[in-house]
Amino acid sequence: MTTRTLPYPPIAPERSAADALVVDPGSLTPGRTRGYPLRREGPSKLTGAAKYTDDLIFPGAWYGATIRSTEPRARLLAVELDPDADWSKVVVVTAADIPGENLVSAIKEDQPVLVPIGGEIRHHAEPVALLAAPDRETIRRLRSRIRLVTEPLPPVFDPELSDHVFARYEIGSGDLEAGFAAADVVVAGEYRVGHQEQLYIESNAMIAVPAEDGGMAVYGSLQCPYYVHKAMRKTLGLASDQARVVQAETGGGFGGKEEYPSIIALHAALLARRCGRPVRMIYERHEDIAATTKRHPAVIRHRTGVKRDGTLIAQDIEIVMDGGAYCTLTPVVLSRGALHSGGPYRCPNVRIRARATRTNTPPNGAMRGFGAPQVEFAAETQLNRIAERLGISPAEIRRRNAYELGDVTPTGQTLRDSVAAQEVLRLAIEAADFERIRAATGRVAVERRGSGEVPAGRLRSGAARTASGIGLALGWHGAGFTGSGEVHIGSVASVELTDDGRVRVLIGSTEMGQGTTTIFPMMVSGELGLPSEVVEMAPVDTAVVPDSGPTVASRTAMVVGGLCIAAARRLRAEVEARNGGRPFVEVYRDDAARHGRTRVDQRFEPYPGIEFDDATYRGDAYPAFGWAACVATVDVDLDTGEVAVRDVVAVDDVGRVIHPILCEGQVEGGTLQAVGYATIEEIKLEDGRYLNDRLATYLIPTALDAPRLTTILVEAPFSGAPHGAKGVGELPMDVGAPAVVAAIQDAVGVWITELPATPERILAALDVATRPGEVRSATAAGTAGTAGAAGTAGAAGTA
Amino acid sequence: MPAEPPIEVPSRLSEAYALLAAGPIVPIAGGTDIMVRITGELGPLPERMLDLSRLDALEGVALELGTLVLGARTTYTEIRRSALCREHLPALVGAAATVGAVQIQNRGTLGGNIATASPAGDTLPVLLATDAEIVVGSHRGERIVPAVAFFPAYRRTALAPDELILRVRIPLLTGREVRFRKVGTRRAQAISKVVMAVSWRSHGKTAGWSDVRVALGSVAATPIRAAGAEAVLEGARPTPETADAAAEALAAELRPIDDVRSTAEYRRVVSARILHRIVRDAGSW
Repeated sequence: MTTRTLPYPPIAPERSAADALVVDPGSLTPGRTRGYPLRREGPSKLTGAAKYTDDLIFPGAWYGATIRSTEPRARLLAVELDPDADWSKVVVVTAADIPGENLVSAIKEDQPVLVPIGGEIRHHAEPVALLAAPDRETIRRLRSRIRLVTEPLPPVFDPELSDHVFARYEIGSGDLEAGFAAADVVVAGEYRVGHQEQLYIESNAMIAVPAEDGGMAVYGSLQCPYYVHKAMRKTLGLASDQARVVQAETGGGFGGKEEYPSIIALHAALLARRCGRPVRMIYERHEDIAATTKRHPAVIRHRTGVKRDGTLIAQDIEIVMDGGAYCTLTPVVLSRGALHSGGPYRCPNVRIRARATRTNTPPNGAMRGFGAPQVEFAAETQLNRIAERLGISPAEIRRRNAYELGDVTPTGQTLRDSVAAQEVLRLAIEAADFERIRAATGRVAVERRGSGEVPAGRLRSGAARTASGIGLALGWHGAGFTGSGEVHIGSVASVELTDDGRVRVLIGSTEMGQGTTTIFPMMVSGELGLPSEVVEMAPVDTAVVPDSGPTVASRTAMVVGGLCIAAARRLRAEVEARNGGRPFVEVYRDDAARHGRTRVDQRFEPYPGIEFDDATYRGDAYPAFGWAACVATVDVDLDTGEVAVRDVVAVDDVGRVIHPILCEGQVEGGTLQAVGYATIEEIKLEDGRYLNDRLATYLIPTALDAPRLTTILVEAPFSGAPHGAKGVGELPMDVGAPAVVAAIQDAVGVWITELPATPERILAALDVATRPGEVRSATAAGTAGTAGAAGTAGAAGTA
Repeated sequence: MPAEPPIEVPSRLSEAYALLAAGPIVPIAGGTDIMVRITGELGPLPERMLDLSRLDALEGVALELGTLVLGARTTYTEIRRSALCREHLPALVGAAATVGAVQIQNRGTLGGNIATASPAGDTLPVLLATDAEIVVGSHRGERIVPAVAFFPAYRRTALAPDELILRVRIPLLTGREVRFRKVGTRRAQAISKVVMAVSWRSHGKTAGWSDVRVALGSVAATPIRAAGAEAVLEGARPTPETADAAAEALAAELRPIDDVRSTAEYRRVVSARILHRIVRDAGSW
């Protein structure tokens, strides 16, 4: 099935605003749009009734604050409280006050909750001490009276120069040397990407509430309640039932609330434990940007051997990711990056070498796409450059190489079903009229260059003020966790018929704006023959819901949704069996009255036939892949290098569309986030500190910067899941940036190999490309890119 | 947020002047700059504040004998909607339209843009390019400061501590053209990388330009006039040769810096190209 969404036509005003019906928020009833349920939490968000963490009131609560390092690397010698200040009405917590292990629960447990005396400060925003007080004014006054005594140590900022490796992978297939020997053309390229901030609307927030039995509850903005639960058990030394995690309404996550909420919860809990009352840790935006995780920066080098007809025959890829100061999720981010780095193309001879190292910058972590957007920008730009070199259209080189059913990936995975690379490619090319528009932009470019007016001199305008271009990218995204992750986690989801005859879904998966609480009732009600409105969602509270695994990796609809469907089927079978086979919908209320509660817990079982060896990196890296194609059209201002992304066609194969409107919303949002990644989103650093750590300086696209979006959803179902879903959240993030960069090249003739493709980089590349007496494909310019420096980043290197 | 500083709300200028004379007190109109400071994060809080919202003398847009007069409390939205501004000074309307977002335009004022004296203030190059005069007042009386002399140093103004910005007077000259261009990181809510206003008087196709002003923001510590480029353009016609020479002169005289928003090189080159484009468009070649 293909569903197609075109941009909404302008709404013709049918009546004046004064005549518009005023709806009392209290009278909103469950409605439908295009036949699908409205977003469950929509009315409360729209009317302001939704309770985000900072809206929760706990009488007597104090405010908490974090005292952070101001140096990138140092030995902590002492934490001194100014003896002239009054410390009697506040509490101060240091590492010495931690009852359990002073480590944040993670893959490699290297990150302290607070740096201990004698310990090493490893980044500029590292938490060292905590302060709580009855009011914010006291905190503001006293926080500057806490002095950190330190001894500076030499920092490392360049991930390529760091000798501390968090993770390393090597993936290979075929015979690389033989592949290059058989190639007609070899193309090399180096690509760089920087940090990206998730920039959820609601900043990070946690409130810890001590219980009388010595336990602790936290209420917060988070993606993964059981990550926080585990961290609390470990650091606070709590038994499982003494730690309770409750998700408040959460204003966006994008990976930014996957791991960091554990640290904030621990900080709040340590203070709450110390002062014996609730403590609120609500980050302001500045602290949130300065201290919490970002997308990993990376350097990616490609050497590719191709036949003259464009057939890929050898890929040699090197990836270096900057992990920041602590390991966090870096090994899995790198793993996904390595596994996606060749792009969705068959190639018989491949070597992928990936490493992630430690630098003295704030730790990098999860962000939508999780390693894939970085490497797919590199892979797609590399392929576009190869096409240019061979004189083949970007569409044609993809048609020749894109995976088809039965192809084998570099880990030896045979793609057995659900391969839609060619279909999404074809649909995107058709919907965007790619070949015709590209021919037209090409003609204009030739005329412009022939006119002698453009490229203009550096200080002159040309006859044309703008140039248009169109670009194409194809991508893939492994569905759910990498390798054996799902097997290790063993998630549980439950569906119950309550004793008073209600149907309730119990999952630890969180709603953060993407639609979890709307689609689960749909999936479950479909199995039970009920309208979705009657199916309830249990609150995300570890005292109530099971561990369904983290809300990450686009796995919620696919994996947890599959578990809920299986649970609902079992519930229906059980109820119908004891009611003489009569349909569930007719008997469930009576059944509950007679038999009381029936609850079905469904635990994850490995997808049949999917096997991966974590040690050798051979086998089925993912149970299935989602496929995406993106065509972007841009206008580049030739005077200033400003890029306006005009139109984007996004075609995404998600396996099964559950709620088309929410699904399209994911594609649109992911695409816009990719446009920001491609064009303006950039963290600038000085001595390991983010320079633009405010909303005034870290800029993302506004509504005015958003392109016209056409979304086409494709369904190539995954046979291992009962409903066929493969996830949608991250897929569109992988393809937007390379499509935009290709469109910029089509418009102005230079390849921007470092993201974001800022006007500064575009003008610098054009300057290099048009300087008299110099070769246009300046390798030197491509390798120099220091963020923010004038005229260093630029054109792509070629072999 | 820490406790608010005490706020005085005078309804007559004389009361405001007395409060200023008793200083220190920080005036607040729309608050779009001041409120950022009130979080206490970006420096000390003001001890006292002077709310200008009841001073009617600071309001209104009027045409007085060939001069456009804008009260200091005129908001960007009012400038955008003002029939007088749209007819007589569309470049100022264009500048107001690039400030912040709609909410900021509803609150922020022309007087505030001047008082904040940011080198990136979007309306300031228009004021410099149109020979605007800033009328300031105190208990000692009123005086007029030319816009070009109002910004002596980084984020400093010519205001004495007890003075208040009252209004802006912009002379309207026959045959004058004013152009405005802002380059920012995104299409709205962006502090400018380069902001430029250029004005000139033309006297028919064959005669050269006169009264040329080239004013820029975000390329120096203050909003500036570019004397070198002006000298090239003064008396010249908008030919390709003129445009080339003016762009060269501008690039040669600018000394921008690298900062978090852009690079010195980008600012220099783009300033020159925008000026070149403005001359090209004026010459229709």
